Amino acid sequence: MADALDMHQDSHQYEQPSADGHFGQFGGRFVAETLTHALDDLAELYEQMKNDPEFKQELHHDLAYYVGRPTPLYLAERMTAELGGAAVYLKREDLNHTGAHKVCNTIGQALLAKRMGKPRVIAETGAGQHGVATATVAARLGLECDVYMGAEDVQRQSLNVYRMKLMGANVIPVTSGSKTLKDAMNEAMRDWVTNVDNTHYIIGTVAGPHPYPMIVRDFAATIGQEARAQMLQQVGRLPDVVVACVGGGSNAMGIFHPFIEDEGVRLVGVEAGGHGIASGQHAAPLNDGKVGVLHGNRSYLMSDQDGQVMETHSISAGLDYPGVGPEHAFLKDIGRAEYSSATDDEAMMAFRMLNQKEGILPALETSHALAWVVANAPKMGKDEAILVNLSGRGDKDILTVADIDGITL
Amino acid sequence: MNATVGGGRIRQCFEEVRVQGKKALISFITAGDPGVDYTVPAMHSLVQGGVDILELGIPFSDPEAEGPTIQAANERALENGMTLLQVLEMVAEFRKKNTETPVVLMGYLNSILAMSDFPSRASSAGVDGLIMVNLPPEEGATLQSALADHGMDLIYLIAPTTTPARTLSILQQASGFVYCVSLKGTTGAGHVQAEEVIARTAELQQIAELPIAVGFGIKDAQTARALSANADGIVVGSALVNLMTEPQGPEVVCQRLHAAVASIRQGLDD
Repeated sequence: MADALDMHQDSHQYEQPSADGHFGQFGGRFVAETLTHALDDLAELYEQMKNDPEFKQELHHDLAYYVGRPTPLYLAERMTAELGGAAVYLKREDLNHTGAHKVCNTIGQALLAKRMGKPRVIAETGAGQHGVATATVAARLGLECDVYMGAEDVQRQSLNVYRMKLMGANVIPVTSGSKTLKDAMNEAMRDWVTNVDNTHYIIGTVAGPHPYPMIVRDFAATIGQEARAQMLQQVGRLPDVVVACVGGGSNAMGIFHPFIEDEGVRLVGVEAGGHGIASGQHAAPLNDGKVGVLHGNRSYLMSDQDGQVMETHSISAGLDYPGVGPEHAFLKDIGRAEYSSATDDEAMMAFRMLNQKEGILPALETSHALAWVVANAPKMGKDEAILVNLSGRGDKDILTVADIDGITL
Repeated sequence: MNATVGGGRIRQCFEEVRVQGKKALISFITAGDPGVDYTVPAMHSLVQGGVDILELGIPFSDPEAEGPTIQAANERALENGMTLLQVLEMVAEFRKKNTETPVVLMGYLNSILAMSDFPSRASSAGVDGLIMVNLPPEEGATLQSALADHGMDLIYLIAPTTTPARTLSILQQASGFVYCVSLKGTTGAGHVQAEEVIARTAELQQIAELPIAVGFGIKDAQTARALSANADGIVVGSALVNLMTEPQGPEVVCQRLHAAVASIRQGLDD
């Protein structure tokens, strides 16, 4: 099994972020002064732990025996045949315990919380996947767990709310602002600033203040490390393209990172195009945002001419976020990764194709990456290979899809 | 210490207060809350009631360091269509009748980033300083020097969790005054520990060249008096914003604000 933290032990040309947490002009630490000390502590502990054999062993043990890693690399033969172009390989993150890649990060961060002696963890969640992954590891390690969730999302994702409660987490509906993910993150920051002595904030994506974008990336990078080794072993070559959906961007950063120095490999992130970029109703800051500061870092952001953060739209609650991880902003600006978008309709079409051709229900988030494959695989040669991060399973989205189909379950 | 002293009005204000053996009373309200026609009259009433420095909040969609009171004020102001440009116009309007009281804007960095010529516009409007809740000194140098070029201060905060070494570093970069956050938490929180603040400001006073103002969670004259023991000023925010939640006309609200700050003024001066 690939080593989740080994990237740091080899010498690499791509060394990001800088010591103070910058990815070029992006990233950094834009927080209330009260949190600086906790962030310094976290950064210092992480520097020690990432090379600590005991910590690494504990992490690997949990990833192997609790999460079920490594996840398979799977050739989607019927989908490939249907599209008539490049071979489509799926990195099956849907097969993780809890149904998505998110648990790789929460396991790592919960172990850090334990090392810091903090008995309580908090998290923000949109669709509920990160909340469930946090509640899961909190139960496993005996940590108190409060999850902030926008009041609207609590209504829309009642299944995940109940899952969290079953595992002993306390779900707190957030009624301020737009009552969605960004407001849940604001509220989690307010909790953390108040309870910083005994609480670790498990941020669920590669955003937030330094060192979060780095830590979350490193824990998620186990996806790309495994996939890269599996491509070489099973296929005998690297993929031509690596594709992943991008909301905050953790699954994409996780699969991209080990490929960054493989110059022949295209890295493609797919943002939520909602009703179309031109409609303004989307969640695609890398396609249609400007540089701004929110939730502790500088990155691309959907904000209006007065700097107010805009409300976003996506069929997929997990992509419905106005910002994006700063390392994606950096990779875009240096031209190492490209970022496109898929609309709600395109994602739904790709969702159905995978249902019917492969017997897999992907998450609606993941379906955005698949939509890029549907549009682009036919244009590629049959000797080419696309690696898709199948970041999560779609069980949680059944009610949304049924609703679109006009069916009441 | 390289503490820069810009913004003539802020420095002069603290000097005058010190000469009189008093503490500076600093008030916070959110611009445009509860209506756009409340703010300028409220600023004048606050000064008449005994306020020395006015803080004016720039409404922002994601005020992550604020408690429920000021969050709601931000939402009300945004519903009223407030923009940063209007905030500056309010300051300019206030300056027509008052050229002495320092005005400090407080808010979040994204608002400022959206106005590329903020320093010159703010300076022309009569702004003296800026408090950016989410801009620590490590990220603040560029903005600080742009503001300094226009005679304005970027005011940094020191928190209960700030280490001694970091406190020294912040003091070296500070300008205007030092905002000492009284508690671990958001604005308007109810768990301020007077003894802890008094001890901490005593230490701070030994090493700080600039004036020290204490804020967060100060609701009444008694707390204001206690917390100002080793400080040069205190900030009252949520307690005032709470008096503005219902739009009963600027006159009623102004009377309430006047009475509230007059009571705190008396508590501080006694």
